[in-house]
Amino acid sequence: MTARLARIARTTRILSSVAAILLIAGCTNYYEIPIETPIKPKLDVSAFQRVLVAGFIAGGTDDVDGNLETTRLLRSQLRTKSDLRVIDSDVLPLMEVANDDKGAPLEARAESPKTDGKTDAGSEGKEGKSESKESKAETRGEPPQPASAEKAPVIKDAKDLEPFEHVFADVEYWKKIGEEYQNPLIVTGTVMFTPHQRSGIVQREEEVYDSFGRRRVVPVRTYMERKGYILQPKFIFIDGRTGTVMHSENFREEVLYNANQSTPALSSYFELMDRLIPSFLSTLSSQKIKGTRVLLE
Amino acid sequence: MPIRTLTTILLLLGMSAAPLAADARSDAKKQVQFGIAVAQRGLWREAIYRWERAVQIDPKYAEALNDLAIAYEHEGDLEKARVAYEKALELEPNNTLIKQNYELFKEINDRTTRKDSQDNQNP
Repeated sequence: MTARLARIARTTRILSSVAAILLIAGCTNYYEIPIETPIKPKLDVSAFQRVLVAGFIAGGTDDVDGNLETTRLLRSQLRTKSDLRVIDSDVLPLMEVANDDKGAPLEARAESPKTDGKTDAGSEGKEGKSESKESKAETRGEPPQPASAEKAPVIKDAKDLEPFEHVFADVEYWKKIGEEYQNPLIVTGTVMFTPHQRSGIVQREEEVYDSFGRRRVVPVRTYMERKGYILQPKFIFIDGRTGTVMHSENFREEVLYNANQSTPALSSYFELMDRLIPSFLSTLSSQKIKGTRVLLE
Repeated sequence: MPIRTLTTILLLLGMSAAPLAADARSDAKKQVQFGIAVAQRGLWREAIYRWERAVQIDPKYAEALNDLAIAYEHEGDLEKARVAYEKALELEPNNTLIKQNYELFKEINDRTTRKDSQDNQNP
């Protein structure tokens, strides 16, 4: 009787194992497949042929001119990754404009340091041979001159930006700029690039070798002083025909390095901008995000 | 006596329902397999049609819903993809492959919905 029970139990065990294997095999019939997810542009920019990256009100560290660098970077990205023609002009001194906003007549405020309103994607090719003063200076190896070098007010944090932000709502000013450049889409906003420091417990991987010389990677928790930067841009899209804000987006990216690592501010700035450029571009043009998914039977 | 009859009827019903469900799953599976084959050749519209049929035949087929969600994602229909992924996970909450697909999808979806919330805001 006992032997019979044992035999039944063994058969049941075998059968259940086979069933489990079959079940797992049935469930794990999968096929990896590459996909491309199209992301529709946030804004309908079909009414515009041209885009003017006007400039930014920037603050934070003095090591990077957030206004000039952001303007240059966005222009070069838009040249190659959007269908809009990029207007090559000098950067607008928006902080001065914001300061003068209260008293000066509109004509004086909207007098932009323009370069005939030419687009660099015109007859001279996509990569913009019609350089502005600043880019010529750059190629000559001269340091870039800030648009408003003299008497620039100090902007150290986001709160310091507030007194200047009214300039973006100045419909008449932007309409005037729009008229000068044949009604483009205007990209402007604020850029805060600030140094940042944080200390605390960090988990990192460390190589260890046992007595047989075998290598292993183990997680180690250590207290670390780290420093880096925070980049907080706000991109504002203005309709050059009406001077009104169409859309605005806030971003925040940060990077931290070991305290003993010395990373130039400018390279951190580009590292952080790299992360948010796809999101910026997807506002204006459709993007395809490549990825892999698993199809199941 | 009536109890015995009732039990017999219920038993018969139960017995006949099981093969019916199995048939539905088998039919749906054929659609899913065909959908996979055409998706692998880049024919996503046809794949969507097949996987939608599979879900119609067997609405509890989580794998079909997963595949449909991927196809919607590929076509850029993120809202439909989200609904399909969530239904699939409702049916099979412990399926790691569906979860993995959903997490990857969410990364993209969150990015677009985050932008939606900031649309047309004044500075």
